[in-house]
Amino acid sequence: MSNTSRLRAVTDRLFSGSATVFVLLALIVVALTVLNPSFLSPGPLMLFVKKAAPLILLAIGQYFVIVSGEFDLSVGSLVGAQVVIAALLIDGVESATWPVMLVMFAGGAIVGVVNGLATTILKVPSIITTLGTMLVLYGAIRWLTGGAPTGALSEQFRQLGRHGIDNVPLIGQVPWALIIVIVAGVAAVFLMRSAWGRTLITIGDNERAATFAGARVWQVKTTAFVLSSLMATAAGILIGGYAGVTAQVGQGLEFTAITAVVLGGVVLGGGRGWVVAAMAGALTVETLFRLFNQLSLPSTIRPTAQGLIIIAAVAYAAVDRARRQRTPRHSDVATS
Amino acid sequence: MSTVLNRWRSVHLGTTTIVYAALVGIVGLGALVVSIEGGNLLSGANIVDLLTRSSLLGFIAIGQTLVILCRSLDLSVGYVMALSSLVAATTMAGDVSRIPIAVAAALGVSAVIGFLNGVVITKLKVNAFIATLGMGLIIKGYLDTQYAGPAGDVPQAFQAFGYTRIGPIPLSTVVLFVLAAAGIWFLHRTRTGHHMYAVGGDAEVARMSGVRTDRTVIIAHILCALAAGVAGLLIASRFGTGSALVYDDGYDLESIAAVVLGGTYLLGGRGGIGGTIGGVLILATLDSVFNILGVDPFIKDVLRGVIIIAAVAVYARRSLVGKVSRRRFTDDAHPPDLDTVEHGSDNRQEGRA
Repeated sequence: MSNTSRLRAVTDRLFSGSATVFVLLALIVVALTVLNPSFLSPGPLMLFVKKAAPLILLAIGQYFVIVSGEFDLSVGSLVGAQVVIAALLIDGVESATWPVMLVMFAGGAIVGVVNGLATTILKVPSIITTLGTMLVLYGAIRWLTGGAPTGALSEQFRQLGRHGIDNVPLIGQVPWALIIVIVAGVAAVFLMRSAWGRTLITIGDNERAATFAGARVWQVKTTAFVLSSLMATAAGILIGGYAGVTAQVGQGLEFTAITAVVLGGVVLGGGRGWVVAAMAGALTVETLFRLFNQLSLPSTIRPTAQGLIIIAAVAYAAVDRARRQRTPRHSDVATS
Repeated sequence: MSTVLNRWRSVHLGTTTIVYAALVGIVGLGALVVSIEGGNLLSGANIVDLLTRSSLLGFIAIGQTLVILCRSLDLSVGYVMALSSLVAATTMAGDVSRIPIAVAAALGVSAVIGFLNGVVITKLKVNAFIATLGMGLIIKGYLDTQYAGPAGDVPQAFQAFGYTRIGPIPLSTVVLFVLAAAGIWFLHRTRTGHHMYAVGGDAEVARMSGVRTDRTVIIAHILCALAAGVAGLLIASRFGTGSALVYDDGYDLESIAAVVLGGTYLLGGRGGIGGTIGGVLILATLDSVFNILGVDPFIKDVLRGVIIIAAVAVYARRSLVGKVSRRRFTDDAHPPDLDTVEHGSDNRQEGRA
């Protein structure tokens, strides 16, 4: 592939479907910088990255599931369960940190496997499967904690969400969260270019055709659910480190993550979307929240602004897409 | 004789019938477990409690059935319900003569929201999930800003809607069943009702057959929001005030669970309100049984999640089997073979269920 055609491939990608999110992100960042010129200086920016990192991880995980044509509503409750269980198991003991993290990832993987197998083998719609696991996890959290979380996270555990590599020239501190997000993002991009990733998108586009072509739908989809749960676990570790333990951790995050992914131009119902745009969607949602803070918008009115902007952005992208393809495909009409 | 038997069998195997069989099974099992603990699930008080419990979710689930049949979805129902209860209660302001206008206002506001949902979904081509989630957020922001706590005052006369009983049956349940019957009639006897199945089955084919798909989806969303509005009126009459906080009770997802539990296909085109009512009653029965047994409320959530997944898994299995046998044996029917073959498939299905 020559350089120009590669460049065109990238620009095509940027301006098809996911263009909206990058424009919106740029607009919000400009608005933020105008209101608060120090936003783009290293200190505040890195602080913002720590705050935004968990949602970006969740968006990556949710992307895998959504692009395969499913939903994962369990991630918010999984984040909550992971944080609460971590606090319970670690109970302030430093040496317990790493073993407990391993347990958390194992637990996350089990949730993903259950979600995936119930959806693929038992043919339960994923919205119901993950709603069920959500109920189970929320019940488990409250049962384990009796309403108020007990135990404490270790200092080492909180490092990941709060701190970073200090004394870096120019920037000052590179947060661990930033490194984790970049590693996860790059890994996700390569994963989507692998045979697995291409199969995943094909399944999302047309599951029957993929089956006839020999794809093992249940394996691929279950892997997507497992990845989503693992990402939620990682997000839980960061959130626990950054914000600490409460019984409300993670509540409603599943909807924010889905919103972020859809804002990134990923089509609900599967088959289309770019993981980088999904990450940009998460970043956009977080900058939007930051903008609300900057404007000191009353917290009660924020949902209204959020709802309006999301509907407007998705509507703009959808109408734009419909205009580009004169004959919209069946799946666009049917899933909308 | 044999054709009558066959017809009876094919009716017997309809999804709705399976739902009600499951309901009877769960009621029976629940009654057994409760009686072991020394209680009586089927006592008058418990039945009333069960029916009262189910009417709120019932209204919402009826509306949700219509939009799901059209292959859409409504996540804003909880917020519409809260808004409707507040509009009704503040408009009534304790004055009996203002009841009609308050009811009209509450339902009017709900219908407008449903209309907006439908337009955003069909004309702006926003996915229903995002459109109604966004609409829910918009209403939530309004509610949180406008109403810090309960507001308005519902006169006694209207509170009767929440508390009156006709014999052992609460008035709200009677209204629910009337609404359900109207809904079933609407789906099976009106043109728009048939269009809903067509649009949900395949929007493109429906459009090419001359169905105005957008209009059908918009109507479904208006009716769904109206049903949520009725649920809001019930809230107002039970609490005596409007309450913004009911949106936190998870009725959006629970109504979807009830619809799917009632055998309606989540991707549209198959199912109906009869099954949904069965699904709602199943959930209410489970809640009643857990309450009587004094199950820890946290464990209750866990059990509910597991049961929903398990039940839907059973339906999914069954409908897969059912689809194959229908296609093979009734489309190109050979009358002499039909009897024995269908008999065989019946046995298989009963074995599965």
